Amino acid sequence: MNKSTIVVGGGIAGMTAAGELSRLGVEVTLVEQEQITGGHAACWDRLFPTRRPAEEVISFLREQTDSKVNKFSGRSVTEILHHESMFTATLSDGTILHGESLVLATGYDLFDASRKEEYGYGIYDNVITSAELEGWFKNHQLVRTKNGRIPSRVAFIHCVGSRDEKVGNLYCSKVCCITGVKQAIEVKEALPACDVYSFYMDLRMFDRNFEELYFEAQKKYGITFIRGRLSECSENADHTLVVKTEDTLTGKPMKMIVDLVVLLVGFVPRSQNTQMLSKLKLITGNDGFLQPEDEHNGDNLTRIPGLFITGAVKGPVTIANAVADARATALQVYSFLHSNR
Amino acid sequence: MKDFGYQAHRDNTIDFEKNDFRIARFLLEREPSLNLCIGCGSCTGTCSTGHFTEFNIRKIHTLIKRGETEMARKQIRQCMFCGKCQLICPRGINLRNVILGINRALEKI
Repeated sequence: MNKSTIVVGGGIAGMTAAGELSRLGVEVTLVEQEQITGGHAACWDRLFPTRRPAEEVISFLREQTDSKVNKFSGRSVTEILHHESMFTATLSDGTILHGESLVLATGYDLFDASRKEEYGYGIYDNVITSAELEGWFKNHQLVRTKNGRIPSRVAFIHCVGSRDEKVGNLYCSKVCCITGVKQAIEVKEALPACDVYSFYMDLRMFDRNFEELYFEAQKKYGITFIRGRLSECSENADHTLVVKTEDTLTGKPMKMIVDLVVLLVGFVPRSQNTQMLSKLKLITGNDGFLQPEDEHNGDNLTRIPGLFITGAVKGPVTIANAVADARATALQVYSFLHSNR
Repeated sequence: MKDFGYQAHRDNTIDFEKNDFRIARFLLEREPSLNLCIGCGSCTGTCSTGHFTEFNIRKIHTLIKRGETEMARKQIRQCMFCGKCQLICPRGINLRNVILGINRALEKI
C-alpha cells in the first residue's frame, strides 16, 4: 500500500509539510477550508523583519505543493476518526478521505478585539486591528481615517488579547511586538508627516534582526515608544480618539488625542478545532492550544501514533518558525510511515 | 553635638538592608496576587484620583514592595475605592484588597 498522509490546513505549516512529504514520495492530500491556500499569510502584505512580500513565501509553497499533492480547497474537515491505524477525515461536502497518517496544521484564529470593550473596537470609527491595517497595505488602500482625513497621529497598541488575564489569555502571542514595529514604520513611510506612537508593556524582540528593526524604527523613522498599557480609549465628537495610559517611565498618567488607533491582535486557538477533534481526545494546554507529547523531543507527536501536529495549532509562532516546524514534522511523518508499525 | 551648619542629605537609595518590609510582607500574605504585577501601568492610567492628584497606585504598591512606605503614608487615603484599577489589571490583581491592606497595615505599623 502507498504511504499516505492527510494534511489538514493549507496555511504556511500545512503547505510546507505537504510539499516536503510529497517530495519524499508520500501520497499527500491537503485540505484547506478557504478557496485559496496560504492561510492568514495570504491576507498579509509584507513580512517582518525584512518586509519581503508575503506573496513570495506563499508562491514558493504553492509551487512545492502544486504538482503531486492532491488538493481539496474550499472545504473544511468536520470530523476526524482514527480506526485500526487508519485516519478518516470527513469534509464539509461529504467527501471522505483516508490516510495512514494525518498532520493537523489548522493554525489559529485572530483575537476578537471587540472583547476588549474599553478599547472601542467595533464601537468607534477609527479603532482598527493590525490585520485590517495589513489588508489596507495589501490592497494599496491609503492610510486614512474613516471620514477620509489624513491622520496626523497614529497609536499602535501592543498586547491586545495577549498577556491579559481579563480575556483568559495569559500567554504572549510572540509576533505582535515585531509586527507593531514593522507596521509603525510602514505608516511612517506612507505618511512622513504623521507622528507614530507605540504603547507597550515589554517589547520582545527575540528573533534575528528584530531588535535591529526596533532600532531602525527609532533612529530612521522617529517612532515614539511609550511604556504603558492602554487603559481605555474614548471618542471625541470629531471622531478623534483619546488614549489613556500611564507613562510608566515617568510615573504619570498620560492622555493623548490620536486620529487612528491600531490594535495589535494576538493568536487564539481555533474554535473549529473543538468539533473536528472531539473524537480524538487530544490534549490541550491551559492556553487552549494543542499539547504535543513531549515539548522537546516530540513536539510534533500526539498521543495517537500517526497523528502529528505542526505550526500555530500548538501556539503562537512566526512564519519562519512554522516553516521549520513543518519540515521537522514531515520528517517525523516519513519515519513513521516507514517504520514497522 | 556642635552644629556646624552642614546638613546630611537623606539617602535617596532604595536600601534593601535598611528598609522596612513589614508592610510588604503583611500585604503579600494578605493578597498574594500583588506579586503578579508586571508594571504595565493600566491601574494608574485608569485611576480617577491619579488624573487630578499626585496619587499613583502602581508606584505606591511597588515602593511598598521595596520597603519604601512614605508615599503610601502620605497618599493612600486619597483612593476612592472605585475599583477601576482592579477591573483593568491584566494580571488579575485584587487591587482593592491591596489598598485596603495598605490602610490596615498603616494603622498598625
